[in-house]
Amino acid sequence: MLRVEHLAKTYGEGDKAVEAIGDLSFEVREKEFVCIVGPSGCGKTTLLKCMSGLLAPTGGTVQLHERPVDGPPEKMALVFQEYSRSLFPWMTVRQNVAFPLRRRRLGKDAARELVEGALESVGLAGVLDRYPWELSGGMQQRVAIARALAYQPEIMLMDEPFASVDAQTRADLEDLVLEVRRQYGVTVVFVTHDIDESIYLGDRVVVLTPAPTRVQEILDVELPSPRDQIETKELPEFGRLRAHVYRSIKRRQPAADDAAAPHPETVASGESHRS
Amino acid sequence: MSARRQRVLEIGLEVLVPVLLLVLWGVWSAGSTTYYYPPLTDILSTFRETWLFDRVGSDAVPSLLRMGAGFAIAAVVAVGLGLGLGLSRRARIAAHPLIEFLRAIPPPALLPFAILVVGVGDGMKIFIIAFVCVWPILLNTIDGVMGVDPTLQDTTRVYGISGGDRALRVMLPAAGPQIFAGLRTAVSLALILMVISEMVASTNGIGYFVLQSQRSFAIPEMWSGIFLLGILGYVLNAGFGVIEKRVLRWHRGARASALG
Repeated sequence: MLRVEHLAKTYGEGDKAVEAIGDLSFEVREKEFVCIVGPSGCGKTTLLKCMSGLLAPTGGTVQLHERPVDGPPEKMALVFQEYSRSLFPWMTVRQNVAFPLRRRRLGKDAARELVEGALESVGLAGVLDRYPWELSGGMQQRVAIARALAYQPEIMLMDEPFASVDAQTRADLEDLVLEVRRQYGVTVVFVTHDIDESIYLGDRVVVLTPAPTRVQEILDVELPSPRDQIETKELPEFGRLRAHVYRSIKRRQPAADDAAAPHPETVASGESHRS
Repeated sequence: MSARRQRVLEIGLEVLVPVLLLVLWGVWSAGSTTYYYPPLTDILSTFRETWLFDRVGSDAVPSLLRMGAGFAIAAVVAVGLGLGLGLSRRARIAAHPLIEFLRAIPPPALLPFAILVVGVGDGMKIFIIAFVCVWPILLNTIDGVMGVDPTLQDTTRVYGISGGDRALRVMLPAAGPQIFAGLRTAVSLALILMVISEMVASTNGIGYFVLQSQRSFAIPEMWSGIFLLGILGYVLNAGFGVIEKRVLRWHRGARASALG
């Protein structure tokens, strides 16, 4: 349903140009949970911004249902890493979740049902009238997830959503995302720099190279569902995949200088694609 | 407990210093025969006779109304304009030279013009007060809107929030803390310009009263007017602080939680 084709993004021009994304292609299928994992600073956020239509790519295309994305699509929601800066601090939890629904003109009861349903499914039924800043970090991120769910997206993009919460909260939130994904039947693209997290959550894992980013490889994760923080992570298959991705990323990093060799080719192919 | 004692001590200090100064002034001026520095007790009794509540209706109320009207007009115009200019880069570029020129004009220099065009009535005074109050509010609003967190703006775009909802329900509150900084400056300016405009051409008002008392050598009356202006300024600022605290409660809460 979501197709990224030869995506390229360069910031700036001339000598100061920084190539964030070299040449990226992959596809997300309906109802799938795709994790995108890569080393820090490999342009993951740039990729997500291009996918959500917030940022125009300098080459290639992003297509949702065969239609090019040139602005945020109506059926897409995005959960940011910085929950405290993405929630509206002057609105209560309920108002935050309800706000994006205003333009849908759903009628009071329908909107209320969506809002309360979403907040309930993330376990926040009790704090409807509190302000986000009165809640812990993990709870704030739950509010952001509830807001995304109430928006009824077909596809939900998540940008390192659990990078700024503590380990225990993080495990809880991972399970929560798997649960609401099942409940709402939503397609999820989950960006993370945490290899364990990407394997634990994903149906497929897209491994990225350092900048200028390309796809290193795409892995199918064949772990039984529902996943379990202890049992799933004990499985030999989990360990195998984990080691595989680690090696895959590690092999790449010291070779960053050598990567300059195939680099011009990518630029050339990127340009031919554009013309 | 000790925090509470500290608080009591601090409030005590805050009250004690002005009281002590008044007492000192009272003692120093008690036997004063100097014309320009009458005994404090004279000033206070004149204050009571004049402002409790003999001239409140004839001078204080008109002054406050002019000030309030000028300030309110400035606030509405400047916040509206500031939102528009903050949201549109082109409008900002187009308006920039004009804003810089107009705000550079020392406001009293406009008095002769205002008297000529609007006359010597309330309109002139309200115009001058509004004209001066507009700039700090306008510039702070523009700054505030331009400085809205990029993540918050991205969130707004992703969820398709645009037009009036974006301007009034996202940008305006997000710029709130800066807008209030502008409003606070404007309150002080409004008081100053109220006095100046009433001294230049007026038949009533506190500024008029102070100048008129001085001209008719009613020195205790003059002092009482100055006292009143000081008290007014203090009360206005304190009242404004209370409103700000209420409206921006979320801001203090969010900041405290971000730091903690």
